[in-house]
Amino acid sequence: MISDITLGQYFPQKSLMHRADPRMKICLVIYAIVLLFVAGNFASLALAVAYIGLGMALSRIPLKLYLKSLKPILFLVAFTSVLNIFYGTGEPLWQWGILRVTANGLITCVFVAVRIVALILASSVLTFTTSPTQLTDAIERLLKPLSKLGVPIHEFAMMMTIALRFVPTLLEETDKIMAAQKARGADMESGSLAQRIRALVPVLIPLFVSAFRRAFDLATAMESRCYHGGEGRTKMKSLSFGRSDWMVAAASLAALAAFVALNLLLPAVGRP
Amino acid sequence: MSFIQAQQVRFSYDAETVDAREVLHGVDLSIEEGEFVALLGHNGCGKSTMAKLFNGMLIPTAGKVLVGGIDTSVEETQLDVRRQVGLVLQNPDNQLVAGVVEEDVAFGPENLGVEPREIRRRVDEALKAVDMYEYREHAPHKLSGGQKQRVAIAGIIAMETKCIVLDEPTAMLDPRGRTEVMETIRRLNREKGITIVLITHYMDEAVQAGRVVVMDEGNILRDGTPREVFSDVEFLKRHDLDVPQATELAYRLTAAGIKLPEMPLGVEECVKMFRRYLRMETH
Ligand SMILES: Nc1ncnc2c1ncn2[C@@H]1O[C@H](COP(=O)(O)OP(=O)(O)OP(=O)(O)O)[C@@H](O)[C@H]1O
Ligand SMILES: [Mg+2]
Repeated sequence: MISDITLGQYFPQKSLMHRADPRMKICLVIYAIVLLFVAGNFASLALAVAYIGLGMALSRIPLKLYLKSLKPILFLVAFTSVLNIFYGTGEPLWQWGILRVTANGLITCVFVAVRIVALILASSVLTFTTSPTQLTDAIERLLKPLSKLGVPIHEFAMMMTIALRFVPTLLEETDKIMAAQKARGADMESGSLAQRIRALVPVLIPLFVSAFRRAFDLATAMESRCYHGGEGRTKMKSLSFGRSDWMVAAASLAALAAFVALNLLLPAVGRP
Repeated sequence: MSFIQAQQVRFSYDAETVDAREVLHGVDLSIEEGEFVALLGHNGCGKSTMAKLFNGMLIPTAGKVLVGGIDTSVEETQLDVRRQVGLVLQNPDNQLVAGVVEEDVAFGPENLGVEPREIRRRVDEALKAVDMYEYREHAPHKLSGGQKQRVAIAGIIAMETKCIVLDEPTAMLDPRGRTEVMETIRRLNREKGITIVLITHYMDEAVQAGRVVVMDEGNILRDGTPREVFSDVEFLKRHDLDVPQATELAYRLTAAGIKLPEMPLGVEECVKMFRRYLRMETH
């Protein structure tokens, strides 16, 4: 089922991560991703992974859900990391025709796999622990300076709120329409790629029609509830940077110092 | 003066075009504060159009709609109209904006620029009023239809409107969801004195109102208490309208030559009447 995807969903819970300021969480995810990609050796990579793992642990969300969020990208991970095995430089460990496996390639393969998986996990920590409204609120606040340049930040944030709100609804609807078309004898799982794409048309058209109908209703409902743009709007939950946030920020800075030290002191491995 | 006043309201959706078809032909209707009005009529007779005229989503082509003395056609005071009259639509899925219940309920007051502490208080109170307080942190798409619809109603309550217009709020719900929503509506009317305009196709819901208005092709046909309106079964049938089940039963029995003392509206009333009737017969 399409609606089983957990990537990008929010799971309410009482935890340090849920309480943390969403603006900081966004910055920390970016920070964690930078660490992952700058890591030059196993020690610093392990530190970055441990940092993300700590975030996962503090979120008090079952590991199972995190693993589920990896499912849709498993293929991508396998594909890119295997491809990297054959692109290494240096002495071959094993060779068959043009296929050459080197120690360097193997290390790169591990690095690539760990990076992608950890990247998904880091963003899952963010989306699992932050309600969509908080997330868009935080983005709106972080990008606020741009609105001085005439960029419609509030509108953009509202669009995102609505998109996130309707993703599950539309996924459920897709499931229903697919089931309905299958019941009418549509075949979506076999045939050539072109045939399968064509089989999607009877799913997409009803989906679009219904999305437009929903959009009209939603516009009526929003206007009825006095929505008139971002001007003069208040928020129930104002974002506040509390003491625990400062503590998390300080811990992250300490991690950064350790990371830089590890990265510089130990020799780099893998593809330069 | 009445709270909502429609004066000689005419309306057509594409007024500018030549072949514009008029949907409402000069409707006069006044609704008092604290009333519970059911608006009935067959498909396409203009009920939803009326609902949208009541909160200024649509503006009459001719005539006037006044809400608390404010003309809905004045652009500058439109927010003041919507602050007083909330609208709940049929499909609960399409009117929830935020991904968390309490944040959705807060949407209206946020738009009105209410202070955060006060929003919190209103949201909690509104969720308690519709009995959804325990679900405040849930995602709307994980709720049942009846629950979603109650959240939508809470979103209007939090704006502290004096009147709620509900356009077939139970049409997509199962019997249980329907009962939940109807109970909520009745309680709001009774306990908070909120004016209710309920558009519905279920006659058993309409009899719960204090006043029933029947529309037909853009005109008002009947306007009175449920008893007055539903006692004329033949008239309603002529206009393709149902009557409550209990009334239908009594009507058919009367038609078959059985003399009943009165026309019942609800099931309980019907049972009582039959008890009395049977006792009379056996004695
Ligand atoms: N957006 C629109 N544009 C043009 N015509 C419309 C529009 N909405 C409704 N109409 C027409 O106006 C008339 C009244 O519609 P309205 O939706 O008010 O009926 P209704 O009484 O609510 O019906 P139902 O019981 O089916 O909800 C119908 O004939 C309909 O075709
Ligand atoms: Mg309608």
